[in-house]
Amino acid sequence: MSEINDILNRCQELYEDLSLGYVQRWKEMYGKKAVGFLPVYVPRELIRASGMLPVGIMGGGDQIEIIRGDAYFQSYICHIPRSVIEMALSGKLDCLDGMMFPSICDVIRNLSGMWQLMFPEKLSIYFDSPQNFESDTGGIFYQNELKRILDEFSKLSGITATDESLRDATALYNQNRRLTQQLYRRRADKPWEIPTSELYLLLRAGNILEVTEHNQMLERYMALASKENRKPLDNSRLVLNGSFCEQPPLGLIRALERAGGYIVDDDFVLAGRMIKSEIPLKGDPLENIVEAYLKDSKDVPFKYNIENKGDELVESFRENRADGVIFCAASFCDPGLLEQPMLQGRLDKDKIAYTSFQFAENTGQYQVIREQVGTFSDTIKLWGGQ
Amino acid sequence: MTEKTAREVLKDDSMMIQKKLISGHYNNLAQAREKGKKIVYTFVPGNIIELVRSFGLLSMLPEIDSLQSAMRKKSDQYVAEAEKMGHSEDVCTYVKCHIGMIQSGIPGPDGRPLPEPDLLLLSYTGCFTFLKWFELLRQRFKCPVVLLQIPYQAEGKITKDMRDYIVKQLKDDVIPALEKLSGMKYDEERFKDAMRKSSQAEEDFVWTLNSAKQKPSPIDAYFGGVYYVGPIFTYFRGTDEAAEYYRVLREEVTQRIARKLGPITPEGPMRNEKFRIVVEGPPNWTHFREFWKMFYDEEAVVVASSYTKVGGVYESGFRHDPENPLSSTADYCLGCYTNLSLPSRVEMITNYIRDFQADGFIVHSVKSCNSFSAGQLLMLREIETRTGKSGGFIESDLVDSRYFSPSNIKNRLESYFQMLDQKKGGRS
Repeated sequence: MSEINDILNRCQELYEDLSLGYVQRWKEMYGKKAVGFLPVYVPRELIRASGMLPVGIMGGGDQIEIIRGDAYFQSYICHIPRSVIEMALSGKLDCLDGMMFPSICDVIRNLSGMWQLMFPEKLSIYFDSPQNFESDTGGIFYQNELKRILDEFSKLSGITATDESLRDATALYNQNRRLTQQLYRRRADKPWEIPTSELYLLLRAGNILEVTEHNQMLERYMALASKENRKPLDNSRLVLNGSFCEQPPLGLIRALERAGGYIVDDDFVLAGRMIKSEIPLKGDPLENIVEAYLKDSKDVPFKYNIENKGDELVESFRENRADGVIFCAASFCDPGLLEQPMLQGRLDKDKIAYTSFQFAENTGQYQVIREQVGTFSDTIKLWGGQ
Repeated sequence: MTEKTAREVLKDDSMMIQKKLISGHYNNLAQAREKGKKIVYTFVPGNIIELVRSFGLLSMLPEIDSLQSAMRKKSDQYVAEAEKMGHSEDVCTYVKCHIGMIQSGIPGPDGRPLPEPDLLLLSYTGCFTFLKWFELLRQRFKCPVVLLQIPYQAEGKITKDMRDYIVKQLKDDVIPALEKLSGMKYDEERFKDAMRKSSQAEEDFVWTLNSAKQKPSPIDAYFGGVYYVGPIFTYFRGTDEAAEYYRVLREEVTQRIARKLGPITPEGPMRNEKFRIVVEGPPNWTHFREFWKMFYDEEAVVVASSYTKVGGVYESGFRHDPENPLSSTADYCLGCYTNLSLPSRVEMITNYIRDFQADGFIVHSVKSCNSFSAGQLLMLREIETRTGKSGGFIESDLVDSRYFSPSNIKNRLESYFQMLDQKKGGRS
């Protein structure tokens, strides 16, 4: 079996292991703790600098039967919280000593309170990020929020983060950001060499693996991918948008690729890509993390933006030489679905073609979506995306 | 004077004040353009209406526009309009109703068009959807937007950092935006004066809600409660008229207590109080009276509700403080019900059941409002465990009648009340 397959098999195992065996082994090996976080973004540097392993939790996908989770949520609430609750109640998240809930929507916000009630022995942190992006207003609030979180981590791990440990962690995550961006650029250049299903598995592995291990994996994969001699197909080039939180099942991603379109940009698994550039290492490390979020983070539906809505999507379309956009949002995702008409309006302005559908993380029927995307792909191939 | 006549007259006084307040406000809005008045759109929870008014500006609250549309049976067509424009069936119907209403020319209660905004004051309190709502409106109106982010009380307490963040935004962003729009300088004395009036109204408002501790309860704190919260949650907090409304309301309720009278319903006074209920969640507006009737037909009185706390939780002692206008405003915003953590909400309802001697509680879960709804099934279990009282669970929506299934809800409520009756040792 080739080395690249070994890497991908490892990623697939990590993806499928909802019981987080890697995290359990890591904890046993190092005698340290682990903190989970829900989508979309937390500064993982803080967890690492406090001597713990950050673990991204993105729901159970289509791999877990929801038995108890449905009893906690009404039918009109998205799927990810019910699979997270299912995983927690079935002991799969026992190895996590704490959980962070980023402020992305009311459902994840309220899930933080559910965690407090259901798992009082675990650390539960609601991570309130600023919507005011001025350094001396939202920035101060955010910095205080990060200090509060560091205090909690210090109590949990017994290790107090220092400027030095924060800088070291930032350097490692900078490398991770750099490599991930390189992976994305490589895919955009030659999407037949780096299929999205593979890129996706690599991203998901980054949710679990210790960052140095993930960095090595990304480097090795990229070195091997170009030698695979995969041939280009006459596919259209598509930018995928709307999957920033609840993730489509891997099967759906594969079905999209088989529908005749190369995905050349997406908003999957944003934890490692939320900050667009490297965070400076000189100066106050916490302030640098704050400034990076305020001034250099991606435009996502849970961030307040009135001035240049959709510009980043159009920019991605142009930079990646795309032919069209597919909106792939989770059902009942308020931020994503409320954002969509605004983004579509922006695309209309530039006469960019798009299509849209909704999914749940446990969607099992791909045929209709595949046909829709296939037709869209053929259409823009024949008549152009603009 | 007969008892009936006295009751009607007494009820009429507060109702007439409120009616006059509302019609006056909408009249001002309808005439705003010709009178050169500037309009600020903002949201109900954590609104800073005293501050807005101190600049001589008129305000509009989109949630109120949506719920009024539903009560006038207009919301379905507005929601359909928004869905035609590409808004998903899955998202908040308050937003879609409002967008459809705008698309239809923003007709006011009397048919005259309401004005478009000159400023969108995004008081982002306790509901994530507010952000998207005003982003959508901004695309339409192209007017300035000013954001006031209210941190979430995840740990069940207000911290100095939270308060400082809000005060900083008020000073650096909100007040300058209001100054620019109005052409007036910030007048702290005027603002403080409004807060004094707010505080006065808040005393009488809390007293009114607490009157439901009496047996029989003289008020219905949910269906009746939505009328009582009207002035203080919306446009009129901080005015002499609102203070007068609550003074008169208190007098009326005092008299009802003295006469041991139950709440007034659309079909007249309730003769008997069989069940005392606490309700969590907002009402349905498309079938408001039909929904209410399902309760009073069963002789069920709502003695406390969480919905009457979305525009401020006053029972814990908070009052707008004219001596500290900005930090007090911050505390007010932080304390609104949907900005509280789930454990705080559980504790609050648990206390209501105890303090108001309720027989049980009902969760009305609405599709549109994840801020309320996500976690309510866990709340139900927690509250049952803590109080030993049984909870009922019903579902519908705020302003989309497709989600209000009368027979389904009625069946559930009837079953629930039958079960309560058996528990109370009554006839089955």
